[in-house]
Amino acid sequence: MTIERKEIEKLATLSRLAIDEKTIADVTGRLSSVLALVDQLQSANTDSLQEISRPFHTSQRLRDDEVSETDQREAFQAIAPETHNGLFTVPKMIE
Amino acid sequence: MHNYTIAELIKGLQNNEFSSVELTQHFLDRISQINDDYNAIITVTGEQALNSATLADQRLSLGDAPAMCGIPILHKDIFCTDGVRTSCGSKMLDNFIPPYNATVVENFARDGAVMLGKTNMDEFAMGSSNETSFYGPVKNPWATDSVPGGSSGGSAAAIAARLAPGATATDTGGSIRQPAALCGISGLKPTYGRVSRWGMIAFASSLDQAGPMARTAEDCAILLNCMASFDEKDSTSVDKNVPDYTASLGNSVKGLKIGIPKEYFSEGLHPGTEMAVRKALADLEAQGAELVEISLPNSELSVPAYYVIAPAEASANLSRFDGVKYGYRCENPKDLHDMYCRSRAEGFGEEVQRRILIGTYCLSAGYYDAYYGKAQQVRQLIQQDFSEAFKSVDLIMGPTCPSPAFKFGAKGDDPVAMYLEDIYTIATNLAGLPGMSVPCGIVEDKPVGLQIIGNYFDEARMLNVAHQFQQITNWHQQTPEAIS
Repeated sequence: MTIERKEIEKLATLSRLAIDEKTIADVTGRLSSVLALVDQLQSANTDSLQEISRPFHTSQRLRDDEVSETDQREAFQAIAPETHNGLFTVPKMIE
Repeated sequence: MHNYTIAELIKGLQNNEFSSVELTQHFLDRISQINDDYNAIITVTGEQALNSATLADQRLSLGDAPAMCGIPILHKDIFCTDGVRTSCGSKMLDNFIPPYNATVVENFARDGAVMLGKTNMDEFAMGSSNETSFYGPVKNPWATDSVPGGSSGGSAAAIAARLAPGATATDTGGSIRQPAALCGISGLKPTYGRVSRWGMIAFASSLDQAGPMARTAEDCAILLNCMASFDEKDSTSVDKNVPDYTASLGNSVKGLKIGIPKEYFSEGLHPGTEMAVRKALADLEAQGAELVEISLPNSELSVPAYYVIAPAEASANLSRFDGVKYGYRCENPKDLHDMYCRSRAEGFGEEVQRRILIGTYCLSAGYYDAYYGKAQQVRQLIQQDFSEAFKSVDLIMGPTCPSPAFKFGAKGDDPVAMYLEDIYTIATNLAGLPGMSVPCGIVEDKPVGLQIIGNYFDEARMLNVAHQFQQITNWHQQTPEAIS
């Protein structure tokens, strides 16, 4: 299966990745070769099989609903790109 | 001192032949002298190491200290270390200083092990050659024009260059076993859930597992004793007793049934690697093990299934890197969307971006069933192959990788050629089984590895057989020519 340039642009938007116009042909070619590899899956007979998402058939362990973490806001915000009055700052979203 | 194994260093410390401070200083000196030749370590924590060593010496003098007390080790830069940069080999996390320790790091600290620093790796563990690291490639100590394997290439090369006697590593599709094979050391990927992944930066959560790397199987057993634990903070951690992995190392291999998958000896396997692996199997047979030919009929589907599942999970896991709370943020974003897109495009390297795009494609509307759903079904086929095989054999063995270390750039233009490097290792991750690599020969002046695959939670038996193999061979004692 080959992938079209337009699809790459859509995937880039979905993935929140800015794609350089100069590299788009290259990216398209390489992704097509990977998709050709994964297309080999289509030859497998999987009719009666369930999809498994984990190596073990175990259910997710739950914990008691108790506070287990202490407030570490200052430590976490010390490594943030930008903060203001205890909040994470991002560029303006609404005009 | 750098040629001692961990087991020998433990004895040396306990017998007061040297102190942990002397040992630590010795490795720090070596690192400052020769690490630049290999680029295996990207952060050296000298002062912290010497402080830990001083405390370890005090603890050792009181007696009854844990085995790892005072032993210098390295951590792969995927494990969060409190106050020490944890980059995951990426520009995205070049400025990331975690405010906490990963459980694995904490386990070693609890036992008094000394962290010398953090090792280089493929960016976000995505690679088989260490060429995708933001900090430049690691060079293989056996041949500096060749790759060390990946993604744990820094840990493997550091051990091969005798910069540390042991290191932590992670394996999502072969990232412990393949670099161990290419650098001539021993490495073990435990059963999924055996070692906590809390604080280990996620790549593909249904496949990732942490494990030890060292020169010998015995040392891997000592390291795993410390690494493996049940951890409430990791919801995939398995609440199962951790045995003493060193206790059964001396068992005989007599009567052991070893399955040899015919699919692992087919086209694409280097003849020299095949000869070395077959010789290793004959050595074990001579010790009384029984070799049984088996079939893993769906092996060829493991690479395609992996390259749907791993990128799909990676695309979800890596969505957290958005330039908001930590990590890289682009300059002068014009709005929020621009900040997300440029921070991620500038912060992630080419291979990481490629996998995010593939994963997003496989999960997107209209393609989910054909790719992701199908790959999850194929995963069950692969699991069934193994469970069928383990009805008649105790362990499965074959090559770790198709050939010895390749040269830098040899697979640079074709991602698929690089992906096939993990053809023999990926299936165990898909099934969640433990896998190991031990040195079993030298081909074209470079080491090759024997892969040992065990049933779930059968690490003790794998380590036992690997240790017995190392009692009758000396491949694990071979040293690169440039290293003395």
